[in-house]
Amino acid sequence: MRSQVEGSQAVARAVTLCRPQVIAAYPISPQTHIVESLSDRVRTGELAGCEYLMVESEFGALSACIGASGAGARAYTATSSQGLLFMAEALFNASGLGLPIVMTLANRAIGAPINIWNDHSDSMAMRDSGWIQLFAESNQEAVDLHVQAFRLAESLSVPVMVCMDGFVLTHAFEEVDLPTQEQVDAFLPPLVPQQLLDPDDPVTIGAMVGPEAFTEVKYLMHVKQMAALDELPVIAAEFRAAFGRSSGGLVKPYRTDDAETVVVALGSVLGTIEDVVDTMRDEGHCVGALGITCFRPWPAAEVREALAHATRVVVVERAFAVGAGGIVGQNVRDATRGLPLEAYDVVAGLGGRPVTRASLRRLLDDVLAERLDPTALHFLDLDHALVQRELERSRHGHRPGPHAENMLRALGTVASGAYE
Amino acid sequence: MFSVRIHGRGGQGAVTAAELLSVAAFAEGRHAQAFPTFGSERTGAPVVAFCRIDERPIRLHEPITHPDALIVQDPTLVHQVDLFAGIGSGGYLVVNTSSTLDALGLGDLALRLDPRRVVTVAATEIAREHVGRPVPNVPLLGAFAALTGQVSLAAVCDAVRERFPAELGEGNVRAAEVAHEQVLEQLRTYADA
Repeated sequence: MRSQVEGSQAVARAVTLCRPQVIAAYPISPQTHIVESLSDRVRTGELAGCEYLMVESEFGALSACIGASGAGARAYTATSSQGLLFMAEALFNASGLGLPIVMTLANRAIGAPINIWNDHSDSMAMRDSGWIQLFAESNQEAVDLHVQAFRLAESLSVPVMVCMDGFVLTHAFEEVDLPTQEQVDAFLPPLVPQQLLDPDDPVTIGAMVGPEAFTEVKYLMHVKQMAALDELPVIAAEFRAAFGRSSGGLVKPYRTDDAETVVVALGSVLGTIEDVVDTMRDEGHCVGALGITCFRPWPAAEVREALAHATRVVVVERAFAVGAGGIVGQNVRDATRGLPLEAYDVVAGLGGRPVTRASLRRLLDDVLAERLDPTALHFLDLDHALVQRELERSRHGHRPGPHAENMLRALGTVASGAYE
Repeated sequence: MFSVRIHGRGGQGAVTAAELLSVAAFAEGRHAQAFPTFGSERTGAPVVAFCRIDERPIRLHEPITHPDALIVQDPTLVHQVDLFAGIGSGGYLVVNTSSTLDALGLGDLALRLDPRRVVTVAATEIAREHVGRPVPNVPLLGAFAALTGQVSLAAVCDAVRERFPAELGEGNVRAAEVAHEQVLEQLRTYADA
């Protein structure tokens, strides 16, 4: 049924329809509305047969999910930002053990400086933790990806993280078509665990492995995750047949067929980019967009194919590797090795800074006019004057003090100005 | 696409107002998107919320910098926030006040707009009378509906009843109706002038 709901409520409803048996979570903005809503749904009986554990921390939350999953329960958690970092050790355990846990990550920046707003630093920091990472473009896709995530997790026995932009999606009221319980039940059969802690048939999940087989266990982990590249398109096709709409898959090309310049991005910024592409197409520019739905595993072949005819690729990403450069950009270069194209790394939308059509348009105009240096890392809408002022200050004071506070003072900022 | 920006203070229900507006527009068969700008979430701190209404699905995710309509829940925000940023000469303005725009020092700003598209309504007082609490968001939606015609009063009232239980909902519905009627009256005055 189509309804106008908050993204968090829509996701909580979708997760409810997937019948998790254990939910362990700890609240953190902007994920809180999701787990609050789920705890309500367990309390009222809308989500029956589920134990909701309000644990003491994110580390506890994922650890409880690991235990529950090992005991054969369908387990779910959600977090954001520092909460995901606090789970770091358990993330690697969940994937290393091959436990089919599903998590919602309401993407948020990582401090310091402390910041509650959206970017992708959290998921990118954990990109090599062995979890599958799917990114939602809209609240509709967030709903659909959760249903698909349980299917994928349980068919391969791997954990899956569904990433949705914090606030931008989680707190947005948008139109969402919520599936029925019958539809989800038909699509997602009950969990048949591929390994199970059962006193009548004892096994060890988490045996210590030395040099004799560690490489082989890890190799299998890689093989299993790469299998998701075959499995996800199949699940997406089945989803489309069952629910009547396209969601998920690996990549999402938009007007790329004859595009000379393609913008690559993940998450909610894609809609804005598509609007810019349409405007520029109307003006006769051959531009397109490529959305990455599945970031881990990395769909190198599909990315290469989608970019095979482009001459310029502009990777717009909401995170970066300090001291190295673009993260998605590096992966795109890897996928397009040997192709005659120029790739530009553009960091945008950090810590909740909006990525606007106007800024994207300026960026693309610069790219088309060859004013952008493809060998450098670019920061969209960077306030150069502010940076220069702070550098200048630092040169002259014997104790220049903390940059964050100095720069806020220089701006005379109040939170209310953030919409500008 | 019709874009609305709502300025208020924490506790005045700016975010809820944007959400209710999106629900009302959706119920009338249009596409809508509501979202907040979260700052420091303290009672009294400036809050901005947005709503887009369109005939086509909305895939854009950027703040509204050029609104077609502004709802100002507390005009004293003008000392802290650039309330009128980006509004064009054809824009609509709803201000919550029991005073006049001139007395508030907003007369010059409002002159940039078509005077027939500017209304004031004492929404806090209306809310105090009908809801029992000084929360002006819903009566301002009633005023917005009367001024712009983007949503019907009935759709606003349905969205309010769906969101708030029993008496709280009914009180807010009455407040929306009163504000709606007051704005229709103002618009009749403009038409007669």
